[in-house]
Amino acid sequence: MSQTQPQIAFDHVAKRFDGGRSAKPVVAVDDVSLEVAAGEFLAIVGGSGSGKTTLLRLANRLIDADSGTIRIEGADVRGADPVALRRRIGYVFQSGGLFPHMSVAANIGITPKLLKWPDSEIAASVDERLDLVRLDRGVFRDRFPHELSGGQRQRVGVARALAARPNIVLMDEPFGALDPLTRDALGDDYRALHDKLGLTTVMITHDMTEAILLADRIAVMREGRLLAQGTPSALSQSTDAYVGELLGTPRRQAERLNALLPKGAS
Amino acid sequence: MNLFSDPRWNEAWTHLPDYLASHVRVSLTALLLGLLVSLPLAIAARNRPLMRGLLLGLAGIVQTVPGLALLALFYPLLLAAAALSLSWFGVNFSAFGFLPAVLALALYSMLPVLRNTLTGLRGVEPSILEAAQGVGMTPLQSLVSVELPLALPVMMAGIRTAAVWVIGTATLSTPIGQTSLGNYIFAGLQTQNWVFVLFGCAAAAVLALAVDQLLALIEAGLGARHRARTMLGAAGISALVAATLLPSLARPPSTYVVGAKTFAEQYVLSALIAQRLRAAGLSATTREGLGSNVIFQALASGDIDVYVDYSGTLWANQFHRNEIKPRGEVLGELKAMLARQGVTLFGELGFENAYALVMPKKRAEALHIKTIADLASRAPTMSVAADYEFFSRPEWAGIRGSYGLDLRNQRQMQPDFMYAAAASGEVDVIAGYTSDGLIAKYDLVVLDDVKHAIPPYDAVLLIAPKRADDQALREALQPVLGRIDIAAMREANLRAAGGDRSASPDEVARWLWGRIDKIKN
Repeated sequence: MSQTQPQIAFDHVAKRFDGGRSAKPVVAVDDVSLEVAAGEFLAIVGGSGSGKTTLLRLANRLIDADSGTIRIEGADVRGADPVALRRRIGYVFQSGGLFPHMSVAANIGITPKLLKWPDSEIAASVDERLDLVRLDRGVFRDRFPHELSGGQRQRVGVARALAARPNIVLMDEPFGALDPLTRDALGDDYRALHDKLGLTTVMITHDMTEAILLADRIAVMREGRLLAQGTPSALSQSTDAYVGELLGTPRRQAERLNALLPKGAS
Repeated sequence: MNLFSDPRWNEAWTHLPDYLASHVRVSLTALLLGLLVSLPLAIAARNRPLMRGLLLGLAGIVQTVPGLALLALFYPLLLAAAALSLSWFGVNFSAFGFLPAVLALALYSMLPVLRNTLTGLRGVEPSILEAAQGVGMTPLQSLVSVELPLALPVMMAGIRTAAVWVIGTATLSTPIGQTSLGNYIFAGLQTQNWVFVLFGCAAAAVLALAVDQLLALIEAGLGARHRARTMLGAAGISALVAATLLPSLARPPSTYVVGAKTFAEQYVLSALIAQRLRAAGLSATTREGLGSNVIFQALASGDIDVYVDYSGTLWANQFHRNEIKPRGEVLGELKAMLARQGVTLFGELGFENAYALVMPKKRAEALHIKTIADLASRAPTMSVAADYEFFSRPEWAGIRGSYGLDLRNQRQMQPDFMYAAAASGEVDVIAGYTSDGLIAKYDLVVLDDVKHAIPPYDAVLLIAPKRADDQALREALQPVLGRIDIAAMREANLRAAGGDRSASPDEVARWLWGRIDKIKN
């Protein structure tokens, strides 16, 4: 039973926001049903305003759904204390979301501290997570976020999400603001961590190439609706024009690159 | 004359421990109270637009009330509150000095603290707030460990502004009976003692800068998580508090408090009374620069023990009488009315300090003006100057009514400058004081009040209800009664306005006593 139970399940979930004083309410998430299995890496792809970030934030109750049911490890999130829920789900924010007044170690150790772990255990976890994201303990532990490069900051963000040993990690466009080389390396490193720690990961991205290269399964969203979901190869069978367009872009780019670059250059 | 070798600097120094200690006590208490109220309010209002607007609006309105007026308003407010508290709970408290000053200054400190705390808290990036929520912080944890630390530099800037404002404005708490560095400034202005004025301003400025820098040190320490700096700043503030509290704790509490209003004659007379009390072996201190209404209430409620008032002032201001009666009757009725409030009219000093219309002697002769009635025919082309209260006093309405006086325009002035203004022709007529030595100095003449529109203003000694049966006090002050004639007081006032070292109220009081003594023997 436990093997077949999805780790995260959205069941006919909807969320709308007030559009301000005069505007109509905006439907951000429109009747979405989606399941994420234990150990799976799911990428949610869509443009801005597609509702992908809203969907992610519904999962750890940063916002609450208007209708439908969301289950985490089988339990309805509405019955859970939102603070406790967030402490057991790792969350990686766009461009890090590190606390600028706290050292790297304090940032990484924040959730364990909130969970009142003993100090020695927090310190051990911090060092261990620094190793995992391949940052030198001695060098980075006492630095402050403004002393780090963009890639280092995002590595700390990942370490922070993993510090309280969560089973589930939610990532909101984690690598979007990084330069291509850093982004590539960080993406690969994270995927390796995902496999090594047996995590369940949901990653938001607007970049289909990134999704194809990292995820087991891809969900495509547009205007609040879930258009398609499946493995990259299954998705390529989709009849939806928008999905086809999204998948076409990386392929076209790859072909042009192949034509432009001399063979064996890499 | 070398400004810096002036011996009045030394006299100023001797007051410093007392004035500075009181100043630090009242301003830091007010700042602390202001912070205790403003910080929670700002935190509560940070996500409530309506409350935010209301708070900032109210604090802004408070800020537009001049500091002096705000301080003055709290005195009657607290008097009423004290009366209520006494009748409802049987608890009495003093509405004089410290309490109204602290409350008014605390209110005054609120705007910068509220505004900067709100700005600081609302300036925290939404992405950081979301991260705080996302890692599993409760709203309180987010506030304490993320929002407040990030808002701290802006908040501290507000607290520092408030500290400087409060320390500066506290100099204005002298008239409501709170001793402060303002005592130098008020006394200096009244007695033309510019050394005192300078000293008071400089002391207040140095204190404000010192506190500002100590707060900056704390801010730098907190911002950089530098415990040593924070501790150093906190230690500095504590040391300041301790240093200013110790001397006043070591000093024995004085038994008799002598009040003085805000002009030179009052400073001299309060100094004289204090000297007589000390000569009789009693310990005495003075509370100077008190507002005309504040001082009577302070006496009635026992915050001061004795002071000199004037029969006409009491008659018109305290008892709201406007009929003109002969001296003796006024004094008799006053005695009875005061007694009903428990206040003792101990006796007259022997001179009158009445309001009088005064103009340059030569001009008066040229225009054949000898009386106010003569003035009335020329009035439409003339301007008049008076102190801040005269034009709203019943005497002025009385004079205008009796003589049909209608002057071209009227100006309010610091009393010390009026006489010079009249002498230089800047104004034609002034409402001066009959006991003022400057009348002779500037060759001015007092116009006769032929219709007796101005009530008598005998200087009288008033004693607080709690000292009504104090024989030691009565014996010490008895020798002064009836012994100060108008000529003596005029000369004393002239000396007090002399602007040199022999002009300090203490010196002048000693001279005055010497003269009284001589006449007696």
